[in-house]
Amino acid sequence: MKKLVTKEDSCTACGTCELVCSKTYFKEENREKACIRIETANGKSKITTCTQCGECIDLCPAEAIYRDKNGVVRIKKNLCAGCFACVGFCPEAAMFHHSDYIEPYKCIACGLCAKECPSGAISIEE
Amino acid sequence: MNVEKIKAAHKLLAEFKYTPGKLDKGYANKSLYINVSENKIEAKPVTEMMKEKFTGGRGFGLWYLWNAVTPETKWNDPENEIIISPGPVGGITQYPGAGKSLVVSLSPLTGSVMDSNVGGHFGPLLKFSGWDALELQGKAEKDVVIFIDGNAGIIRIEEAPEEALDSHLLVEQLYEIYADTPEDKRNISVVSTGAAAEHILYGMLNFSLYDTRRKAVRLKQAGRGGIGTVLRDKKVKAIVVKFKGVKGNLNNPADFAALAKTGIKMHKEIHAGDDKQCQMRVRGTTYLVKIMNDYDLLPVCNFKYGSHPDGNKIAAPKWIENFNIGKADGCWYGCTLSCSKVICDYELKTGPYKGQKVVTDAPEYETIAGVGSNCGIFDPQFIIEANFYCDTYGVDTISFGTTTAFLMECYENGIINRQITGGLDLRFGNQDAAMELLHQMARGEGFGRIAGLGVRKCKELFVREYGAGAAFLNDIGMEVKGLEYAEYVSKESLVQQGGFGMANKGPQHDEAWLIFMDMVNNQLPTFENKAEALHYFPMFRTWLGLVGLCKLPWNDIVPENNAQTDEPAKIPEHVQNYVDIFNAVTGKNIDKKEMILQSERVYNFQKVFNIKMGFGTREHDKIPYRSVGPVTVEEYESRQDRYDSQLKELLGMETEGKSTEEKLKALREYREAQYEKLVDAVYERRGWTPNGIPKLETLQKLGIDLPEVVEVVQKSL
Ligand code: SF4
Repeated sequence: MKKLVTKEDSCTACGTCELVCSKTYFKEENREKACIRIETANGKSKITTCTQCGECIDLCPAEAIYRDKNGVVRIKKNLCAGCFACVGFCPEAAMFHHSDYIEPYKCIACGLCAKECPSGAISIEE
Repeated sequence: MNVEKIKAAHKLLAEFKYTPGKLDKGYANKSLYINVSENKIEAKPVTEMMKEKFTGGRGFGLWYLWNAVTPETKWNDPENEIIISPGPVGGITQYPGAGKSLVVSLSPLTGSVMDSNVGGHFGPLLKFSGWDALELQGKAEKDVVIFIDGNAGIIRIEEAPEEALDSHLLVEQLYEIYADTPEDKRNISVVSTGAAAEHILYGMLNFSLYDTRRKAVRLKQAGRGGIGTVLRDKKVKAIVVKFKGVKGNLNNPADFAALAKTGIKMHKEIHAGDDKQCQMRVRGTTYLVKIMNDYDLLPVCNFKYGSHPDGNKIAAPKWIENFNIGKADGCWYGCTLSCSKVICDYELKTGPYKGQKVVTDAPEYETIAGVGSNCGIFDPQFIIEANFYCDTYGVDTISFGTTTAFLMECYENGIINRQITGGLDLRFGNQDAAMELLHQMARGEGFGRIAGLGVRKCKELFVREYGAGAAFLNDIGMEVKGLEYAEYVSKESLVQQGGFGMANKGPQHDEAWLIFMDMVNNQLPTFENKAEALHYFPMFRTWLGLVGLCKLPWNDIVPENNAQTDEPAKIPEHVQNYVDIFNAVTGKNIDKKEMILQSERVYNFQKVFNIKMGFGTREHDKIPYRSVGPVTVEEYESRQDRYDSQLKELLGMETEGKSTEEKLKALREYREAQYEKLVDAVYERRGWTPNGIPKLETLQKLGIDLPEVVEVVQKSL
């Protein structure tokens, strides 16, 4: 199963990954529109992104969420009814939404952010 | 199933083309009028006046029906209409419980106006097809199906002689006929009833949705008041809507961001809280059985008692064993409360479909209590079977349960006998007899036809034909206004007695369910408190039906801090959510006060509508004594300690040495007087005369003083 794995201890919270992600996904550098979220508290980083656990698959009333052949959980936008149930129920809070869009979005383990991360805090695991 | 043959037999009677447009802040601003006598289809404008005064949903239904009928119109006259309307918030996918349709018609049971609230996909798909409401009038010559294609903009009336009548077959056939591909089935919803609706007065409507995971048609019910009977009387087999492309913004809301935010907040609340609270996601409404049984509120043997040692046999754990629990069992997209449970591979044991395996909707609390405990039956397998057959035959499980329970009590009291029932041994607990009664309804045979008249007409018949004593039958016949009681014992809650008795359409709990506030938590000690509750809650709940929402996500899940709020029974945070989503969709700026005003307008209008039809005055709010207190010695003695101590405390009566009959009489006088006092207080709070008629100043204050409304009221003041 392909997924993005995180090492929070190594993260410096520079936010590069967020910008790479939103640029890739939405052609815009805006951390509110990224499929990965970096927060800091008490000098420690917290990285929120999809673990590909698949909890949302059975939850989706439109059967718009599925696991692809690489094990990555993906959304079929054309089927999505925009209910955001998955956003509310994601155990990792890693299903994101932004009110510019009527569908949610999530990490598909493309790995672009990992390539740009200066501190090796994120990487793709096959 | 020979779909090709069924399809080939269709004959086009009328076709109407239109240009589907975008919705504007929750409204299509058009409604669809179909007359099956004249094969006429036309579009009508939805006016600003309608939106201002009636909001939508049930409000629109009442307004259209008001204009269609006269005081002389009967339910089976062609002028009677069935109006289906989803409401302006209906069809949003972000907030749980937003797919409800409201159905309005003149009722065969009450003769007056009826409203019923139902899930399934029809309402939202109708709206996305460009219609705020569907108004169906007339009577077809031969059986027809109405088809609405919301993408192509085509509406057809087609003669449809070959389809089955029973919903589980009919609806499947229609999905085969109208879906272009198997994937297309998710875009279809059907309104239908079943064979029994031709023979009984409490036929109901099924609203379908297609369950993509189980590859099966699912049916939700507009159960109350016999609107299925009206549909069959119009010879309409079904209404089919097809709309492809459901998305989260089709209502074109004024503020999508607010809608998304409020919806997600609610999903999170359910995710965090449902496991600890009602567990609706796994148990649906079956969780209520144990609570009702524990608090002496579960109707047992025609509401004689409120609990039974076998109650646990029909409680939630037994249902979970039978359920195929899904994580997305909502009746519309985005309902994460997901209460619409399913039973798969159920093998039918009786009737015309015996031996067949079906995917069937799980019974809800009302059905379990109605066809189960209230008839003295505690067998889940029977309840599943009865629920399946009620659904497919088009029978309201509540009216069926309450009527059958009444007949069983009549039978045990010798008011009716085997000869009269045509051999059915209608003792409490005889599930074979109850099932046979149901099958007879579908065949239009035997005692099933009598039972299908409902409690009120059965009472009249037994007095007339069999010399039964009217007083006893009126005491035990659980109906008000001709509608059978919903399944809660109200004896120990005066407020709930009023909630049932003063409900506009008849004793259904969707106006008010206040038993816990009143009886368990003692939050309504004075008549003023009671009247206030019987004003606020019916108005609040009415509002849900104006805009297209489900009641369950209001209080079957509550925010973690709800108990610490100033008015926990109202669930203040959820009320604010509703205000927020209404404003987010419509772009209006209502607050929680205006919300109640919106309801008051429609509620008072419905009240005047009852008056227009010759009902609606105080005498029509009279309730059977069985809903107030113990009718029989046996009932009194079953809870003797409770009643004795009430007589001592409330009346200072020395109960020692008194006969049960004496005590019964004293308790009855007291309780009946309390009910009258309550009625006085509630009428006053609602701005009505002591005869239950809205005062002119009330109508003026609410802005519902339309000339035709004022005219009706003036005549009756
Ligand atoms: S709570 Fe149940 S009935 Fe209400 S909308 Fe959700 S699934 Fe439907």
